[in-house]
Amino acid sequence: MPDAAGCWGPEPGADAAVTAAWDALATVMDPEIPVLSVVELGIVRSVARDASGRLAVTVTPTYSGCPATGVIVLEVETALARAGLDARVSVVIAPPWTTDWISDSGRARLAEVGIVPPPKSGKRALTAPDETVACPLCGSADTMQISRFGSTACKALHRCNACLEPFDVFKCH
Amino acid sequence: MSTDRQQALFGYALRLGDTSLVLGHRLSEWCGHAPELEEDIALTNVALDLVGHARLLLSYAGEIEGKGRDEDRLAYRRDVFDYRNHLLAEQPNRDFGHTIVRQFLHDSWAVELYGRLAASADPTLAGIAAKAVKEVRYHVRHSADWLIRLGDGTDVSRARVADALERLWSYTGEMFERDAAEDTLVAAGIAPDPAELRTAWNTRVAAVLEEATLDRPTDGWMQKGGRRGEHSEHLGYLLAEMQFLPRAYPDAVW
Repeated sequence: MPDAAGCWGPEPGADAAVTAAWDALATVMDPEIPVLSVVELGIVRSVARDASGRLAVTVTPTYSGCPATGVIVLEVETALARAGLDARVSVVIAPPWTTDWISDSGRARLAEVGIVPPPKSGKRALTAPDETVACPLCGSADTMQISRFGSTACKALHRCNACLEPFDVFKCH
Repeated sequence: MSTDRQQALFGYALRLGDTSLVLGHRLSEWCGHAPELEEDIALTNVALDLVGHARLLLSYAGEIEGKGRDEDRLAYRRDVFDYRNHLLAEQPNRDFGHTIVRQFLHDSWAVELYGRLAASADPTLAGIAAKAVKEVRYHVRHSADWLIRLGDGTDVSRARVADALERLWSYTGEMFERDAAEDTLVAAGIAPDPAELRTAWNTRVAAVLEEATLDRPTDGWMQKGGRRGEHSEHLGYLLAEMQFLPRAYPDAVW
């Protein structure tokens, strides 16, 4: 989970290489929502040292069928190698990723580019009724959902009835 | 792990993986053909999730089997009689209403299955299921909403989904079959009891059909065999397309 300040990063007292790895990971952008880093998206699960002392980075997919997972692993490996770090990157699926893991700065970036960030409440997840969301462009509360499935697996498509603009909503997952 | 249990677990993961893969492929056939752009995106999003589940399940099946077969080997190098998917999954798309009915009948099963499998004594299956259930909850909302809209819709939409229900109903019994392998897994707390799934499935399906103003078909003769490799003629055509590239160019890599 992100810390109390809504941020991901090394544990206090982590060694220099672990801290450097987090710094390198913060430069890797999600290929489908390139305003968010993989750290802000909450898909970097851990950075630690394995039994042999080698860096071990685990990442998790947002959705089981996310076609970007392979690219993300490759980009994470590349960024770590560029930073001169020898690390093994592996994918874990349990416990499942939730939008509660998106950091506060990640939420702010989504909002900046007109994507409504998900509410922080994973328990409601996908079983709750579709929520009414305010238009990120004009602020009107008079909006409607056009489609549960948007341009990527993690977004739905809505439209503002006041300014008539369509917009993406990050699904609570 | 005893050999019997290992064999049972391999078969179980294979059945689930094959069902996800075949249905995911069927849905992907809608890409570029759905009645509207939003539905094109929706059906292919669901297809992606299902293929994602298939990858996890088939990878695990290959691992349990221990003969070096990975997800690709299992997906691309088996013929019809080695596939273990539900017959429902391989039925052709026909029209949009037919696709929605097939999807709803499947989703209603999948959401009950994965919800319970998330508490499996097998940690890998539990992990896959915990991830999958979040996605299939979303799928079933989508297919149920459409079924209600089409059933309680125009004369044409209603006739089409009513026809699809009659056509597909005989494929639903297979989802709740139980054999000796499942007896072993249910007893070990690895797999949920199919009888329990059937009860929950019936409740969910009845509620949605009522809202859709559609009659529930009566349970009669049920088609079976998919779980043992006896398939309808449709699967061969699907595999011929899905497996074309790795069959024609066996050494091809991305």
